[in-house]
Amino acid sequence: MENINLEGTAKTPSVSFEYDNGTIELRGRSIPENSVEFYRPLNEWLKEYSTCPQPKTIFEVKLEYFNTSSSKCLLDLFKLLESIPKDKTSVYIHWYFEKDDGDIEEAGEDYQAIVPLPFKMIEVDEI
Amino acid sequence: MPLKSVYKLYQDMETEQSIISYKGVVSADLLTSVLNIMEDKLAIIEESVSIRKKVYNVLVECLQNLYHHNEGKGTFTKNAKQSISSDKASILIISKPADFYEIKTGNFIENQKVEKLKSKINHINNLDKEGLRDLYVSILNDGEYSNKGTAGLGLIDIARKSNKKIEYEFKPINDQYSFYCLNVKIN
Repeated sequence: MENINLEGTAKTPSVSFEYDNGTIELRGRSIPENSVEFYRPLNEWLKEYSTCPQPKTIFEVKLEYFNTSSSKCLLDLFKLLESIPKDKTSVYIHWYFEKDDGDIEEAGEDYQAIVPLPFKMIEVDEI
Repeated sequence: MPLKSVYKLYQDMETEQSIISYKGVVSADLLTSVLNIMEDKLAIIEESVSIRKKVYNVLVECLQNLYHHNEGKGTFTKNAKQSISSDKASILIISKPADFYEIKTGNFIENQKVEKLKSKINHINNLDKEGLRDLYVSILNDGEYSNKGTAGLGLIDIARKSNKKIEYEFKPINDQYSFYCLNVKIN
């Protein structure tokens, strides 16, 4: 499987989806006008990944801003990860938020409430 | 606008502590520019990182509302003296009139959508923090995308982040359109 590596832009996050170590990462800001279009290839990558995942899968979410249409796309990614059978991979979500950024922290808790995957909330000085 | 009105406009903007005022089409490029300008300005005028982030976040949703939902098309005549071009035109005013920020937007909306939007905002305004969270999570979890790829979460998110009631007004323009004004305060 080919990895995805995208540089971040003013409106889209940097993306690093690496098959060999089972790590996927979004970093920066996700505020595109058309989030569905941006996230479609990431969705497709994860669908393919889910057919032959690594024993351990880590999703590193390091977003400093995201808009509401991205929030929906993020949920789709979580749901794809959740749909992989537990005996094939263990999925861990690492949710980063900056110190004093209650909104991103709360957003992480919102997902935690609806996605039955283990979340680790990680406070950092700067994302 | 007569030239002598320019100073009057300057004074009005000064009184309101206007940061950015814009009237016109909200394109993707405009959106990027406004966000860049505001990010720079906020870094100078706002000490609190968390307020900066809130203002930026709310602004993103307000701008994307304008970008996705502007419905005016064509030019119509309001009276003999005034014709209005409604072609996707919007207004945006960002200011800091006191110890809070205000983001005001205005855009054309089809009359038939007014009642539904009014009741949506009223519903949001009647919810407390927990109620807003529950509504957000349930739409996030169950809702579908609209045909514009929007999630129907923008106004709820604005209310959650601003922690204030959303002020609004619908001004009827003709038998097809109203002008929809929104005022969001953040502090």
